[in-house]
Amino acid sequence: MKDTFKAVKIFDDVYWVGAIDWDVRQFHGYLTSRGTTYNAFLILADKITLIDTVKAPFADEMFARIASVVDPDKIDYIVSNHAEMDHSGSLPAAIEGIKPEKVFASKMGAKALGRHFDLPCDITVVSDGETLDLGSEKITFAETKMCHWPDSMITYQHGRQILFTQDAFGMHLAGFERYADEYDRAIVDYETAKYYANILMHLASFIDKALEKLGTLNLDISMIAPDHGPIRRTGEDIAGIINSYAKWSAQEPTGKVVVVYDSMWGSTARMAGAIGEGLSAGGAKAKLMSMSACHRSDVVTEILDAGGLVIGSATMNNDIQPAMADVTTYLGGLKPRNLAAGAFGSYGWSGEAPKNLQKWLTDLGLNVIADPLRVNYVPDADDLAKCRQFGVDIAKATLASLED
Amino acid sequence: MGKYICDICGYVYEMGRGDPENGVETGTPFDEIDDDWVCPECGAGKDNFSPLD
Repeated sequence: MKDTFKAVKIFDDVYWVGAIDWDVRQFHGYLTSRGTTYNAFLILADKITLIDTVKAPFADEMFARIASVVDPDKIDYIVSNHAEMDHSGSLPAAIEGIKPEKVFASKMGAKALGRHFDLPCDITVVSDGETLDLGSEKITFAETKMCHWPDSMITYQHGRQILFTQDAFGMHLAGFERYADEYDRAIVDYETAKYYANILMHLASFIDKALEKLGTLNLDISMIAPDHGPIRRTGEDIAGIINSYAKWSAQEPTGKVVVVYDSMWGSTARMAGAIGEGLSAGGAKAKLMSMSACHRSDVVTEILDAGGLVIGSATMNNDIQPAMADVTTYLGGLKPRNLAAGAFGSYGWSGEAPKNLQKWLTDLGLNVIADPLRVNYVPDADDLAKCRQFGVDIAKATLASLED
Repeated sequence: MGKYICDICGYVYEMGRGDPENGVETGTPFDEIDDDWVCPECGAGKDNFSPLD
């Protein structure tokens, strides 16, 4: 296999030895439309070191890539930056096959790995800021708790100035090109934002801490090498993603308003259309997303840089529709902030859905600007005019919030 | 004394500050916080906290 699956040289002494997963589409609720990569890196220092591994079914691919540059037996150290199984799944096989001198992880990493696997060796716990001498090279570890899990840490390679950032700064994008600048810019930007929105949005306070730590460490960074998707190597790409993370963690609102809804017989969809007309007339950039047509993870991505959220559902069996329960559960966990908000929906006789959605918005701490807008059965011309006005009002509140 | 760290996320509980937003008055020793109190940062349970020297 090593003649087919080869390591990709990053520097003479650093290789990418990960795996490409073209097929994956469901990533614990996140639609990975463009597949992904599981990145592992090999540092050919005096102490040969493997940084992270790949998802278990791809172990053979990783071993083949390693074997294309070095006999796996020669690897001295394995570093586990993140215990989640898409990065640790091949760790038991790696330990078995390589028999490394030591395996390193953060304190919480050692604990998490111990709960995942029955490993044949102890994990050596590294502390925040600890530097490991690899002979011809040095690496330093920095804890980045909750970016993405309690165990998450990043590893900095001094000589080549590479920051191995596990899930942080990553994206789900399959491809043979290893650098972000080799892809269509719009795709890279979208997938980076989608990754942040779906994986990290609710962890903003931890992102801030990690960015602050990076600032304090004042590292010279020539590359950001995450565990998913391409590496960033240009100054523009490196500064760009750090700035994007700072912007997203603040969730600064914009003039975009996302209307998320589901409809039974088209009435709530008609309301959404009229609300969209009002939002647009009121100066907002409206985006309508029917849950019969859109995926929850694309909704979250749109909300990441929005300033308003309007949410609607027909009342079915005295509650919201199942697709709305899905998206509100998912979105609620990701804790969107700084949004002007409103709820709406059509109903037949009881009409709980808009009220329940209004409560959901309120509980999230969003700026709910009006009573829920309800229409009995089918909206007539007067109802649609009210919907339009509802949209205008939410547009005004959204734009006003930008001036605060 | 009186400081406990959340092993999960690194949040530090200080007795002198308490967690008034979540019903823990200033000056409450860690041991006397209700068992159903959770880390205000990450939601981890009280048993995930360790004393901080």
